[in-house]
Amino acid sequence: MAEEQTVDIAGIVDRYEGDPGMLIPMMQDVQAACGYLPQTELKELSNRLAVPLARIYSVATFYASFRLMPKGDHTIQLCMGTVCFLKGADKISQAIQEEFQLVPGGTSPDRRFTFSPVNCVGACALAPVMVVDGHYHGNLDVDGAIRLLGEIVQRDEAAREAQRKAAEKAAKKKKRGSKKS
Amino acid sequence: MITATATLTSAEDLQRYRDQLVAQQDPKARGVRICMGTGCTAKGARQVLEAFRQAAAELDQPTVTIQTKCTGCHGFCERGPIVVVDPGNVFYQGVREEDVPEIWRESVLGGRVVERLLYEDEQTGKRAVRPEEIPFYRGQQRIVLALNGLIDPTRIEEYIAAGGYAALAKVLTGMTPEEVIEQVVRSGLRGRGGGGFPTGRKWRSCRDAPGEPKYVIANGDEGDPGAFMDRSIMEGVPHAVIEGMIIGAYAVGSPHGYIYVRNEYPLAVQHLSTAIDQARQLGLLGPDILGSGFSFDIRINRGAGAFVCGESTALMASLEGRVGEPRAKYIHTVESGLNGKPSLLNNVETWANVPQIILRGAEWFASIGTEKSKGTKVFSLVGKVKNTGLVEVPMGMTLRQIIYEIGGGIRDDKPFKAVQTGGPSGGCIPAQYLDEPVDFDRLTQLGSMMGSGGMIVMDEETCMPSVARYFIEFLRDESCGKCTPCREGLAQMLHILSRITRGEGRSDDLDMLENLGTLLEDAALCALGKTAAYPVLSTVRYFRAEYEEHIHQQHCPAKVCRGMFRYEINAETCTGCGLCAKKCPVDGIAGERKKPHVIDQVKCTRCGNCFEVCPFSGVLKV
Repeated sequence: MAEEQTVDIAGIVDRYEGDPGMLIPMMQDVQAACGYLPQTELKELSNRLAVPLARIYSVATFYASFRLMPKGDHTIQLCMGTVCFLKGADKISQAIQEEFQLVPGGTSPDRRFTFSPVNCVGACALAPVMVVDGHYHGNLDVDGAIRLLGEIVQRDEAAREAQRKAAEKAAKKKKRGSKKS
Repeated sequence: MITATATLTSAEDLQRYRDQLVAQQDPKARGVRICMGTGCTAKGARQVLEAFRQAAAELDQPTVTIQTKCTGCHGFCERGPIVVVDPGNVFYQGVREEDVPEIWRESVLGGRVVERLLYEDEQTGKRAVRPEEIPFYRGQQRIVLALNGLIDPTRIEEYIAAGGYAALAKVLTGMTPEEVIEQVVRSGLRGRGGGGFPTGRKWRSCRDAPGEPKYVIANGDEGDPGAFMDRSIMEGVPHAVIEGMIIGAYAVGSPHGYIYVRNEYPLAVQHLSTAIDQARQLGLLGPDILGSGFSFDIRINRGAGAFVCGESTALMASLEGRVGEPRAKYIHTVESGLNGKPSLLNNVETWANVPQIILRGAEWFASIGTEKSKGTKVFSLVGKVKNTGLVEVPMGMTLRQIIYEIGGGIRDDKPFKAVQTGGPSGGCIPAQYLDEPVDFDRLTQLGSMMGSGGMIVMDEETCMPSVARYFIEFLRDESCGKCTPCREGLAQMLHILSRITRGEGRSDDLDMLENLGTLLEDAALCALGKTAAYPVLSTVRYFRAEYEEHIHQQHCPAKVCRGMFRYEINAETCTGCGLCAKKCPVDGIAGERKKPHVIDQVKCTRCGNCFEVCPFSGVLKV
């Protein structure tokens, strides 16, 4: 897949004074800009830093937070820490995987959700916790988690529908406008 | 409110600035402090804050000023969001947005107490107005967390007004690096990140090691599931960590510092970055700090999601932009660490203790705690305990005091089964050791460890082989794969434990687990691998009968392992509503309407649907 280069790799490298020791922060910046680590960007980074591409990939695949595939519209981080586990996080994981066609570390086929089970988000008083797009949802059970994600799907669908209608309306208006003239 | 525009160029400058800040403070000032820790934020503290800000903005009394401020974690996460009203330190818990008008009208403006939002003692029914009246806080001694909940972590002025950076001024104006190290040695401070290595000795080795430049590193890669002490310190009192690091850098002679923060802690990164910028502006970081000629600066690095990077050599590899694999430590990192230079790495809690030791003296610090473990320790008390939260207690307090007096006992008053300390590679301590004092050495003797301070309480509904399996699975996933014992040993142990929890255990499985565990302890390269078998070894040691019941009778006494216990309907509580029969996927439940139903044990697949749906708790696990 040919991806358009969208990030200013030179700028990122300059930000860290071209220090190859700062490879990880640079990769974090690339990911923050693109949502994942596209091959072209990594090649560019490799050239500018004179660090072998293989080493960049070894780092990218070693650390859990780096993604080599684009992410979905929403990110779900399900805490799998000890307390959440004791309080049933594994059941939630199973259930939402089945319900929304998720795979751990992957993106759903409709690109709506990226699902990452994470070690511990440090909010044990709220266990089990799921972080959806940066918002913490605590004291969940299986039904609650499914409902929460279901609402997101509904909201998205509603927004899409509204957008479609607005587009239709605009198209009609345009048509009418062109008739008048 | 003033903000310093000029750089502070001497200790006197700092003192003058502090006096000025203190003079502006009115002890009778009215204010609202809202906890913005992760726990409270997740429970809606931000909406509460907005509501208070709005109320303050609409206030029509120009003579009255009321300060609304965000603070770091108060620790009592169970009861969040927490709001404290001054003067009087009135402690409100479980505050929701809709409670704000009442608190504002009655408490903030009226000076009266809103009874219904106070903490109520479960046993006595008494309501507590101030935090020190609540058992959760009464048993604690807060040194590191002293300012958590009092000051706004994003304003350096508040830290300075509370005595912050005074220790730094004391060091830079009147102490030689040797004297600083001497103080830390005499205080008996030991590393709070897990190992418990004497901090002063580490500092001295680093000072004595040849090589330039030297590095100072704060380890904030708190990866242990169930632990959030370091997070709350970095979020709540970031300046204490920074001040400790500057003092350490002065002691060993280092110009560069790093704070390595876990990727999952965005708020900690934000607060630390703000704190570093503020300290730089005031001249407390950067060249020629307080006119002393000593220069030091700090950079923050975010982790990228690897548990093993909490290990010092792996962390340094990660700081060098490499894969986070540990190396053997026959050469210590104080001699050859980051970029092959002498590096002083301490946990953030260790750093946060340093300013207090300098200010109040080594003798004061050494007077707290036990013979070999000095000072206090912050624990995150979590799991099946009533009062989940962050507690700071003197070393040597017993597990019982922590769990029952501060933690309020086990949720739903169920029997206590075990407490797991020290993170995933810690051990599970059973009930017979509840009266043991908590310090570095005693926990190690019990087959567990202090670790970074996670304390996970388990009740009778916790299955020990499943818990062991959970930790081993976690560690197998997080093993970097460099050394064979850890990479292969953990995979084999997980295989065996999975078999046991599926009811396919073999009679020699326990011996095999113990053999593998000891091998790991002897042969693995780093602390992750060496301690990885602790959860297995400690549960086999203390809960052998439970393993044997799984293996020989295919029965899970805690009724957790699927398929290793039965479901039955309690004829006394069953109302015959038929909900379970409807939900049963194999038509295995029969019975007349409004009469007790019965599960056909031959058809039953043990899926547990009936247990989940019964509104009358009429389905039992046996």
